[in-house]
Amino acid sequence: MFSNLDLQHLILGRFTLEAIPYHEPILLMTFAGVAVGGIALLSILTYFKVWGYLWTEWFTSVDHKKIGVMYIVLAIVMLLRGFADALMMRTQQSMSFGENQGFLPPHHYDQVFTAHGVIMIFFMAMPFVTGLMNFVVPLQIGARDVAFPFLNNFSFWMTVGGAIITMASLFVGEFARTGWLAFPPLSEAAYSPGVGVDYYIWALQIAGIGTLLSGINLIATIVKMRAPGMTMMKMPVFVWTSLCTNVLIVASFPVLTAVLALLSLDRYVGTNFFTNDLGGNPMMYFNLIWIWGHPEVYILILPAFGVFSEITSTFCGKRLFGYASMVYATVVITILSYLVWLHHFFTMGSGASVNSFFGITTMIISIPTGAKIFNWLFTMYRGRIRFELPMMWVIAFMVTFTIGGMTGVLLAVPPADFMLHNSLFLVAHFHNVIIGGTFFGVMAGTNYWFPKAFGFKLDEFWGKMSFWLWTVGFYFAFMPLYVLGLMGVTRRLSHFDDPSLQPWFIVAAFGALLIAGGIGSFLMQLFVSIKNREKLRDLTGDPWNGRTLEWATSSPPPAYNFAFTPMVHDLDTWTDMKARGYTRPLEGYKPIHMPKNTGAGVILSGISTVIGLALIWYVWWLAALGLVALLVCAIGHTFNYNRDYYISAEDVVHTEAARTKLLAGQV
Amino acid sequence: MEASNAAAATATSPEELHFYVADEHGHAEGSTMLGFWLYLMSDCLIFAVLFACYGVYGRQFAAGPTPHDLFDLSTVALNTSMLLLSSITYGFAMLAMEDDKVGRTQLWLLVTGLFGAAFVFLEIREFLEFIHDGAGPQRSAFLSSFFTLVGTHGLHVSLGLIWLVTLMVQVGQRGLVPENRRRLMCLSMFWHFLDVVWIGVFSFVYLIPVLR
Amino acid sequence: MTSDGVHVEVLHSGDQAGHGSRKGYLTGFILSVILTAVPFWLVMNHVLTDPRVMAGLVMGFALVQIVVHMVYFLHMNTKSEGGWTMLALIFTVVLVVIALAGSLWIMYHLNTNMMPTMQNMRDMS
Repeated sequence: MFSNLDLQHLILGRFTLEAIPYHEPILLMTFAGVAVGGIALLSILTYFKVWGYLWTEWFTSVDHKKIGVMYIVLAIVMLLRGFADALMMRTQQSMSFGENQGFLPPHHYDQVFTAHGVIMIFFMAMPFVTGLMNFVVPLQIGARDVAFPFLNNFSFWMTVGGAIITMASLFVGEFARTGWLAFPPLSEAAYSPGVGVDYYIWALQIAGIGTLLSGINLIATIVKMRAPGMTMMKMPVFVWTSLCTNVLIVASFPVLTAVLALLSLDRYVGTNFFTNDLGGNPMMYFNLIWIWGHPEVYILILPAFGVFSEITSTFCGKRLFGYASMVYATVVITILSYLVWLHHFFTMGSGASVNSFFGITTMIISIPTGAKIFNWLFTMYRGRIRFELPMMWVIAFMVTFTIGGMTGVLLAVPPADFMLHNSLFLVAHFHNVIIGGTFFGVMAGTNYWFPKAFGFKLDEFWGKMSFWLWTVGFYFAFMPLYVLGLMGVTRRLSHFDDPSLQPWFIVAAFGALLIAGGIGSFLMQLFVSIKNREKLRDLTGDPWNGRTLEWATSSPPPAYNFAFTPMVHDLDTWTDMKARGYTRPLEGYKPIHMPKNTGAGVILSGISTVIGLALIWYVWWLAALGLVALLVCAIGHTFNYNRDYYISAEDVVHTEAARTKLLAGQV
Repeated sequence: MEASNAAAATATSPEELHFYVADEHGHAEGSTMLGFWLYLMSDCLIFAVLFACYGVYGRQFAAGPTPHDLFDLSTVALNTSMLLLSSITYGFAMLAMEDDKVGRTQLWLLVTGLFGAAFVFLEIREFLEFIHDGAGPQRSAFLSSFFTLVGTHGLHVSLGLIWLVTLMVQVGQRGLVPENRRRLMCLSMFWHFLDVVWIGVFSFVYLIPVLR
Repeated sequence: MTSDGVHVEVLHSGDQAGHGSRKGYLTGFILSVILTAVPFWLVMNHVLTDPRVMAGLVMGFALVQIVVHMVYFLHMNTKSEGGWTMLALIFTVVLVVIALAGSLWIMYHLNTNMMPTMQNMRDMS
């Protein structure tokens, strides 16, 4: 572009016009779609003049409820992108046999499966569970917000920054072709010299900071901000699983940060951590990244276990069976998750002694999980089960996750794993537990807590459509993969020579279409519910006859959650209060101390995102400028000592009186 | 309009049951110290990974310079004393803060900063010397892990110094208000934690490798 | 106006976080100086012949000095934050030990089996 190439490199780094994928029709069509849709959305928002509202009420909010909702909105958007990748893979694999090469060339296919994994784990599953924990935990412990409200906002926007960087790779440059964990030597500069792996690294480093801070935030919240009388053993099970999840986050994400930093040093500075020469050792990367990677999957599943515990006891009208053993099982899982990581690379060659040790620990860790399943079953036994949507998702989880767990124990046996490692059997296993566990969990949690967040229930018809399409679709999509894996088919292939495999792939593609219907139904559910919200309205704040404190508030709760901090006497606190004839206080309201909204989180994350993009494209001057700006803004923020305000007693009176009127209308 | 008393509703329970806190006296206990401690634990894990790398790569010299060739233990001893002295001077700053003496606090913070700056200066000089002698981080896996571990520690110290200066400005502007005290206590934890990590560094990176 | 609730005195955290004293800081400092000077002296003057014993001594001094720092400078105790500070520290130390020991064990086996030309891996015990 520039006549002087040196000048061009100085100003634009390694960006050239070739980075824009003019020659890829799929990408061009996608870009056209995104551009049209994006412009339409922005125009609508501008036309209705909602930018001011969005900025003051949502983007700068430090309210855990709003931040929780925003996390889930992000997750749903990224679900669509990640699922588009899945559809493309299923389609390609159902047609690419023998002569037919399909429509995705290998270099493109590799980016698709990499992006699919990265997006689904980091930008769909994690934000979804983080959003649920953020929304629910302070309410369940009787608190008014999390321990560090500003950090909460900042954490959210850092996650968004990571998502933006990942999405940008679709239209400018390329993404990594290495798989979602970017193993070296392939991810090293020598074999992936392009921008792809750098997009991956910076997206995860930025999002990772957000996640780590969120982990610290929620641990401090649960430890320090419980209502008086709520001892550890009187906390709801969801709070216990959230505590353990966030302990896992704080104890594992630093390892990911360090490993990705070492990889980026190899790529940017030329160090020799994971190179093939000068003393480097790629196997060390596997070791370190899986020390993070195994706790990560427990981070994904523990919140779902918490959701299932809450829903099972509520919809069976019984106290959860074996509360203490549930707590111990969760804590044991947390600790044991650090002793199993080598099962992800049995085949790398550590030998029998090492493999046996980790095989045994892996089998042991299934035991506390099994105990939980029995506890849920015993809770249902002799209960008055209401098969509303949340409970339906729980049943689907129990069947589906158990199958996935069993295939996991099978894989835990090293000799078996030597045959099944990196086959489609493995792919089926982890989708089985992540979809059956985490995804069904967030669907259950969404249906359960949506009325609390928005004041009206979700539409039942479209909810059931979504449920059945998802559940049936999952089995069609993944059971064939177990068979294919046992037959020896390797993962991550875009083409196959053996045509006898094709029928299985076609069944799997059909399953993916059903799931697409499930996702579409979920979106319809949201749309129809909003349209019919008056009919679906919940005025009591307790539409399910709930058992925990969040149901003591209005739907949605006021900004301050509780006008008076609750005093806790027993487990299933709200049920206890209802049983003992609790009546809502009608007077004596005091002013309430609240944190102020701030734009600092958006700004700091925005600058971080720019730094990330600059580093990806080697635009050094921009990266340096960004770092200076980041430091200046962060330090500047600390000079703001005026970060809180009081909600006046009159405002509280007004809000509570409105609720009193609403509740009176119910009688 | 009186809210009905919970005890009256449950005739069976003898004592009055209260379901909410009517009056919250004073400020609830802050979470900052615990939160910052948790962050330090996460930082511990980053250093653990870097130490693990040094353990695995520490003898991968790729026919290049070894610890024997490079390390000057008297420089390391000097560096160590700079950091240790800065720890005690920060301690004195905290004692002055407890005594509400702004001027004395600032003085000890300044001395701490000078010791810290000396540490960073000596370390940068060591790094530049190595690089000049062809023993840069690209030379071998041993050197990659050396520079990364020691450099990450040095980066933490440098960021701590920036934080220190910022706090000195803020204490100068507003005095020892509760907010500033909390921040000084967090920096105290950070600073001593860095000295703890340095104990690991001088023992495992410098002293033990030179023994063989 | 009377109400159904409870008056709760919330505790101040002030005295829970450990505070130092001049004596404490000076004791910690002097102990640290000794625990630093001795290993440096031992190594720089090649005082003992067996490198393994020397390495063990250096490690020992390091561990003791870390404890000294924790107690005298970081005011580590079991009361701080209701015991959560200590619990977090113990948990972290356990994980660090697992990560370090596990990595060294695993990498030693991997290197022996998969990279036989790495001669110097043999004396990594």
